[in-house]
Amino acid sequence: MENKVSMKEKLLGQKARNIYANTAIYIVLAVLGVLWILPIAYLLYTAFRVTPATGIILQLFPDDLELGFGNFGRLFSDTMFLRWMGNTILVAICSCALTTMFILMVSYAFSRMRFKMRKPLMNVMLVLGMFPGFMSMIAVYFILKAMGLTNSLLALILVYSGGAALSYYICKGFFDTLPRSLEEAAILDGASQWTVFWRITLPLSKPIIVYTVLTSFISPWCDFIFVNTIINDAEKYTVALGLYRLINAEKSSFSENFTVFCAGATIVGGLITALFLSMQKYYVEGVSSGAVK
Amino acid sequence: MNNSENLSAAPAEESVAEKPAGAFTRLGRRIKAFVLAIVHGSAVTKVSCLVMGTGQIARKQYVKGALYFLVEVLFILYMVFFGGTYLGHLFAGDLGTKVGADVWNEALGVYEYTSGDNSFLILLYAVVSLFVLLLFLAVWYMNMRCNIANDSTRNIAAKKPPQEYLEILASTKESGSSILLSSRAVSVQGGRVRLTLKGIPENGVLEIGKIPIPFGDIEPNVTRFGPLLVTSVESTEDGATVDLWRDENVYAPIYLPLEIYLRTAEGTPVAAAYMRECGSVPTFKKDAAELINKKFYVPLLVVPLLGLLVFTVMPLIFMILIAFTNYDYEHTPPGALFGWVGFSNFAKIFSIGSGGADFLLVFLRVLAWTFIWAIFATFTNYFFGMILALMINKKGIRFKMLWRTLFVIAIAVPQFVTLLLMQKILDGDGILNVILGTKILWLGDSSNWAIIPRITIIVVNMWIGIPYTILMCTGILMNIPSEMYEAAKLDGAGPFQIFRKIVLPYMLQVTAPYLITQFVGNINNFNVIWLLSGGGPVDNINYGAGSKAQATDLLVTWLYRLTTDVNPQYNLASVIGIVIFIISAALSLITFNRSKSNKNEEDYQ
Repeated sequence: MENKVSMKEKLLGQKARNIYANTAIYIVLAVLGVLWILPIAYLLYTAFRVTPATGIILQLFPDDLELGFGNFGRLFSDTMFLRWMGNTILVAICSCALTTMFILMVSYAFSRMRFKMRKPLMNVMLVLGMFPGFMSMIAVYFILKAMGLTNSLLALILVYSGGAALSYYICKGFFDTLPRSLEEAAILDGASQWTVFWRITLPLSKPIIVYTVLTSFISPWCDFIFVNTIINDAEKYTVALGLYRLINAEKSSFSENFTVFCAGATIVGGLITALFLSMQKYYVEGVSSGAVK
Repeated sequence: MNNSENLSAAPAEESVAEKPAGAFTRLGRRIKAFVLAIVHGSAVTKVSCLVMGTGQIARKQYVKGALYFLVEVLFILYMVFFGGTYLGHLFAGDLGTKVGADVWNEALGVYEYTSGDNSFLILLYAVVSLFVLLLFLAVWYMNMRCNIANDSTRNIAAKKPPQEYLEILASTKESGSSILLSSRAVSVQGGRVRLTLKGIPENGVLEIGKIPIPFGDIEPNVTRFGPLLVTSVESTEDGATVDLWRDENVYAPIYLPLEIYLRTAEGTPVAAAYMRECGSVPTFKKDAAELINKKFYVPLLVVPLLGLLVFTVMPLIFMILIAFTNYDYEHTPPGALFGWVGFSNFAKIFSIGSGGADFLLVFLRVLAWTFIWAIFATFTNYFFGMILALMINKKGIRFKMLWRTLFVIAIAVPQFVTLLLMQKILDGDGILNVILGTKILWLGDSSNWAIIPRITIIVVNMWIGIPYTILMCTGILMNIPSEMYEAAKLDGAGPFQIFRKIVLPYMLQVTAPYLITQFVGNINNFNVIWLLSGGGPVDNINYGAGSKAQATDLLVTWLYRLTTDVNPQYNLASVIGIVIFIISAALSLITFNRSKSNKNEEDYQ
C-alpha cells in the first residue's frame, strides 16, 4: 500500500518535472528557430525592399520604405539571370546524370565484385576524395584548354562528373547492406553480373539513387570557384558565379546590387529548398547511413 | 623444380603456415616468373613483346590482336608526333630553354617576336605523356599475359605423351584416372584438382613428372610443377589420392602435360594419370561475354576511373611537381621560363629566417589556426547539433516536423547564398551593427590576434553546420534501444546523466568515421572562410613576411590566395598543397582502415 502511494507520488513528480523540462525545451527551440530563420527572413525582406539597402545610415525599416518586385525586375532586365538559370539547369541535369551513373557503377564494382586491385583502389580513391579539388584547378584549366573546352558548359559538366567516382563511399555502404541471397539465386539460374546489376540491385536501391541524384543535382548550383576559373564569358555563368560577381565584383562593402542579389538568391534558394524539402526523407537516409558506415 | 621458397604463394584455403614475404619480395618473384614465362614462351609470344597483337593473330584471335596492334600504332604515333618531345624535356631535366624575345630580322629589317618555350605547357604535356606511357605499359602487360595464357594451351596441344605411357593410359582411362583440365581452369584461375589412382600395390612408388613423391605425411606444398603445387598425397585402400592446386599467383610456364604414375616397388607401372590441358584459346565472343559477367568490374570502373585520371590524378601530380620548380610571378610563361629547383621551396617554408622572411613562423601560425578552427568547427556542430536533435526527438515534444524543417531550411539554401548574406549582415555597416547600434568589425577587427573575427566565423559556421548534425543524428538516435532509457530513468538518472552515460558514448562510437570526415572537411573548409572573411583581416605579422597569409586564413585559403594574387607564387602554394594532402590523407586512411564497416564488409549481407 505504502509502496503504491510513493510510486504514484514519484510518477506525479516525474510528470511535473517533465512539464518543466518540456517547457524549457520549447523555449530553447523557439529562440533558436527564430535565430535560424532570421537571416533567411532578412534575405526575403531585402529581396522585396525597393528602397536601396545602401547609404551612409542604413536602416532596417527606413521611413520611406517601399516594398515590391522592383528587384526582380532589375534582376531580369539588368543581368543575364535567366540565361544563368538556363545554364545551371543544363549543367546540373547533365552532370547529375553522369555523376549518378558513375557512382552507382563504381559502388557496385566495389561492393559486389572481388578483384585484386579492389582494396588498394578503394584506399587511393578515399584519399583522393579528401583532397580539395580546386587546388589543382589551374592544371585542370589547362587540360581543358588543350582539349579546346574552356569557356564552355561541357567543360563544367566534365569537371563536375569527372571526380564523381570519389564519392562512392555512401553508396557502396548501402549496397553492402543489401541482402545477397537474391543475387545468388539469380546467378545460380544463370544470370550474368550485368543482369544482376540492372534487374536486382538497381531496383532495390531507390533511396540511395534519389540521394545521389539530389546531391549531385544541387552541387552545380552552389559552386562558384570552378566556374570562376573555367568560364570568363558572362553569358556562360551559372547562377552561383553570376550572383557572386554581382556583389563581389567591386570590393566595396555594400553595392546597390545587394537587393538584386537577394532577389536572385531568393529564387535560387526557393527552388533548391523546395526540391530539398520534398526529398528530405531520402537525404536523411543517405546522410545517416553514410555517417554510420 | 622444387621451389620451397614459394610457400607464401599458397592459396589461403590450405591451412599452411604462411611464411611472411614482403610486398617487394613478392613483386620481385612475380616479375621473375613473368620474364621466365616469356623466355620459355613460344616464338610468337616473343614477337608480341615488340609487335603487340601478333601472338593473338597467330592464334586466330583476330579482333583482339587487331585491337592490341591498333593501340601500339596509336601510341607510337602519339609519341613521335607529340608526347616524345615533352617526355624528352622531362627526362633531360629542363622545362624549356628558349625564352620568347624580339629577334632582329635582317631581310625585313624589323624586330620580330619569336615565341619561346612555355614551361607550363611543357610540364603539363610531359605529365600527360607520362600517363599515356604508363597506360600503354599496362596494355602491353595485358597483351603479354594473354600470350602467356595462350602459350600454355598451345604447348600442350603440340606435345604428345610418350608411347609407353599411352598404353597404360588407355588401360586406366576407364577407371577415371585420366584427367583433363580445361585450359581456362588451369591457366586463368586458381583451381583444385583431385586425382584418384587405383591399383596401387603395397610399398608402391608414386611419381609425378618423374619425381618420386613419398606417401603419407609429406610436407604439403613443397612439390611444385611450375604453377602446380602438390598439396597432399594420401594412400587409399587400393590406390592414392593426389591433390593439386593451380597457383594463380605464379605466371611460370605450366609444365604440362604432367604424367603421374604409380609403380610397384620393383618399378612396374600399374596406374597412371595424364594431365593435359584441353580446349582452345578463348574466342573474342567468349572474352567479351566475360566482361559482363566475371569481369564486369572492368567495364564498370573504366570510364569513372578515366575521368578521375584526367580531372583529378593528372592535375594533382602536376601540382605536386610544381612544388619542385620556381614557378612564380617572376617566372610566369609565356615570356619567362621556369625550371626545377629541387627542395628549395620546402626549404623556404620550413626554415627560419631564409630570405629575410620568417615563413616557418607564418606557416606554423596558419597551421595552428587551421587545427583550432577544425576542432572548434567540428565539435561545436557535433555537440550542439546532437543536443538539439535530442530535444526535438524527446518524447512529448510536439510539432517535431516544424522544428526540424526550421533548421533544415538552412541546409537547403545554397551555402554561398547564406554565407554571402552573413558577410553583408556582419559587415561594419551591416544590419547587425545597425540594430545593435554598435560599430564592431565582426569580420575585420584585427586587434587581439583577430579574436572577434575568429569567434564570429565559428559561430556562423554553427548556424550552417548544426542542421546537418540534427539530420544525421535523428536517424541514429532512434536506434538506441528505448529500454536503455527506461532502465536508466528507473535508476533515477537525470537527463544529463542519461546523455553523458548512454547517448554520448553510443553516438561517439557509431559516428566516429563521420567525425573524422567532418574534421578533415573542416581543415579544408574553403567556402566558409573565403566567403565570410576572405581569410582576412590583414594581419601585419603574417602578411608582412611576404607570405600573404592573413589572420583567419586556413591552409587552403592561403594556398588559393597565393595562386590568385597579383603576384602569384604557385611553387609555394604547391608546397602547402602537399602539406594539406599529407594531413588529410593520413587522417582519412587511419580512420577508414580502422572503421568497423571496412573490417566487417561482409557482415552486412
